[in-house]
Parts: sequence; structure tokens; C-alpha cells
Amino acid sequence: MTVDASVISGSSVVKLARGVRLREDSVRGRTVLLAPERAIALDDIAIRIVQALDGKRSLDCIATDFAATFEAPAAQIGNDVVAFVKELSLRRMLELVQ
Amino acid sequence: MSIAIANDAAPDVSRAPPPMAMLAELTHRCPLACPYCSNPIALTPMDEELATEEWIGVFRQAADLGVLHLHLSGGEPAARRDIVDLTEAAASLGLYTNLITSGVGLTQARINSLTDAGLDHVQLSIQGVSPEEADRISGYQGGYERKMAVANWVADSGVPLTINAVCHRWNMHEIDAMIALAIRLKARRIEIATVQFHGWAERNKAALMPTREQVERATGTVAAARDKYQGVLVIDYVPADYHSMYPKACMGGWGRVGLNVTPSGRVLPCHAAETIPSLSFLNVRESSLSEIWYESDAFNAYRGESWMPALCQSCERKRVDFGGCRCQAMALADDAGATDPVCIRSPLRERLTQETERLSAAPQGDFILRGR
Repeated sequence: MTVDASVISGSSVVKLARGVRLREDSVRGRTVLLAPERAIALDDIAIRIVQALDGKRSLDCIATDFAATFEAPAAQIGNDVVAFVKELSLRRMLELVQ
Repeated sequence: MSIAIANDAAPDVSRAPPPMAMLAELTHRCPLACPYCSNPIALTPMDEELATEEWIGVFRQAADLGVLHLHLSGGEPAARRDIVDLTEAAASLGLYTNLITSGVGLTQARINSLTDAGLDHVQLSIQGVSPEEADRISGYQGGYERKMAVANWVADSGVPLTINAVCHRWNMHEIDAMIALAIRLKARRIEIATVQFHGWAERNKAALMPTREQVERATGTVAAARDKYQGVLVIDYVPADYHSMYPKACMGGWGRVGLNVTPSGRVLPCHAAETIPSLSFLNVRESSLSEIWYESDAFNAYRGESWMPALCQSCERKRVDFGGCRCQAMALADDAGATDPVCIRSPLRERLTQETERLSAAPQGDFILRGR
């Protein structure tokens, strides 16, 4: 279903929409997110977030896991994750599971 | 913590980057007869088309070269009996595989075979928003209804759907309705491209040239729709070239982003490049894709800045639009190395404006369908 970016919050559970996928780009030595007519180069943190969008965990849950891994404040990470996920949803790259 | 959504970095002009995308024109055969067909006047006959194994070899070379997006196009790619095999081969190489289709010739079973084979995306053309008018423009009775069925089958499969609409004088007032139709068909994206006058379209320039009023209204319509449907429908829009101040960054720059393989295996920097008589193009039957991309004269002819006329070399937009479209310079200035005459700084712009106004002001004329 369509994701309205404004409804995305820490409690949202999302996954990549069909036809959107991460791929190693070995020729250029980077990882890209591929979608219809789009190829977006992602930095390491963005790749970690995209990989975490498993359609099972909420964004809050993902942020808590990251906070532990990166030893950074969970609130700050939570805001960044939600902002990034909203960007993906505006590009029609996500499916809202819950 | 920083999270970046960055598109490609600024161009390194010293060396050609690896290609991002390849358009494979699998065949020139097509059931439709669109008056704006961009394929060349002389079409490739079926017996000269690359065979299945030849195409798969080209896909493999493309993936090795760095191509990420593969567009299976034509003509009508579904006219190839091996379309499922070709899709499966492309997907297995990791290529993001897109079918650019008229929809005619596809059944639900075939669409399911394609998506099972790993097809990533379907781009379906429409010619209008009513059966009568759309079928009049495509020259194919029943085409509109078939397209609606195909769109539903694609939506049912879950694979993302793009609706692709070429707009021109006869349908430019319908952009709002095209966007509404795309949403109704559950498309995630619409590509609205104003007609470009290459190939068969050149013959119908007078009948297809939009008016200035249409162009201005279309720009406003698209801007409002992008705002309204953000997050629902991605809207890509190619505005009317002849009515713009600056030329388009054609192909993202010659030999920088993409390449095009014709049905018989010639490799072109863009689909209209064969209109430039000074260039000769190598064929995948004789040369490797890598050699063609990095070393051939045709691909190097308009790379970088040294080929540019002084007007472009001294211009701050030279890395924005790369001097515009080489095929358009050929068509309008009779010199593929000239500044694109669409550019407001071109000495030929005044003449182009007068010609555009003359065509726009003329009574709406009829067009010649291709092959009917």
C-alpha cells in the first residue's frame, strides 16, 4: 500500500517495496539502492538502516539496536532514522507493514 | 551520525565513467503506429536481429562494465519470443531489468512468467486517456483496452509500474487526466515526456508541435501534481525542448551515463545518433562493449569539452547541459558539433523561435501514422 510520509513515526514497521533493492556495485566500489529509473549511492549508515528495514521491527526498535551498537543517544538516532525513512517513502520506495 | 541520500558525485571530466544504464532495442517490430515514433526511418528487419545468446552475451558484458539498469525496449520487446529467457538471463546477472512495452502482445500468463524470471519494473506506454483518442494516435484498434488490462496484471503481480506518456499538441491538455489514470492503475511513477523530433516524429513536426500556451499550462500542471501526489506518484517530466531557454542535458552527457544497442547490435551513445553522418558505430558482433564504450571514436567524439564550440567552452552551464543534444544540433544547425540551437545563446535560436511560433500558430493538422 501507499505510504503517507506524514504517518511515519518510531512505531512504524516498514520494508522496501517490491522493485527496490540494495546491490553491491563492485565496479564503482560502493553499495547502491536501485529502484525504477533511480540508483542512489548510500553511505555506510544508510546501508545499515536499509538492511534493518525487515518489515518486522519498528523504527524505534531499530534505533535502540543502533544506539547500543554505536554507543550513541537513542533519541538522536531515532530522529535520524525516521527522517531517512520518510525520505525513502516520499520516493515511493517503501511499503508500510504496520 | 550522518545519513546521506546522494546522487552521483560531480562528473570527473578527465575520464569517461563506467555506464550506468543500457537500452537494449531488442527489435524494431511493433504493432503500434505512433506518429512520434523515435525509431529511425529505416527499421532493422527481423532476420538481422541479434539472437538470444548474442543478447545474453551483451548483457553479461554490460554488467561487467558497470551497467546497473537494463531497459528492454524496441519496437515492442514482447514481439521477441525469447523475452522471458532474456529477462531471466539479465536478472541473474544482477541487472535491474525494466520492460518498456506498449502492452500489446502481453497476456497475464506472460507477465507472470516475466516477473517469475526476475523482472524488476514495467514501463507501459499510453497514448491518451480515452479509448477513441488513444487508439487513433497509436493506430491500433483495441490498444487502449489491452493496456488497461496489462496495467492491472502488472499491479496484481506486485512489480512496480510506470506509466509512460508522450505528450504533444493532440493530448497535452490531458496531463491531469493522465496522472489521475496512472494513480487509478496503481502506478508508482509516471513519465510525461514532450515529443522530441527524431526519427519518424520529424515527419509529423507540424502536427505534433505543442503551442506555447499548452507548454506553459503543462509546466504548471506538473508542478501542482508533484506537490499534491508527493509520496503517492513519482512524476518525471521532460518539458518541451523548443520552448525552453536552455537545452536538455541530453543523455546526461554524450557517452557519460548510458548506451543504446540497436536490434542488429550497433552500439550508439543515444538512439538518434545514427543521424550524425560523420560518425560510424561499432557492432557487438565485432567489438567488445568495453572497447566500444571507452575507445571508439563515436563515443569519444563529444565527450569532455574539447569538442565544444567557443560559445559552450566559455559558458558556466557547460557541465550542466554539456552543450545540449548533438542530434538536435545536427538536425537544426546541420552541424553535430554546434551549440544546441535551443540554447538562448545560440545564434540560431531566433530562427528556431520563429519556426516554432509558426508551427504552433498553424491550424492543427493531421499526422501520418507509421506503417499504416
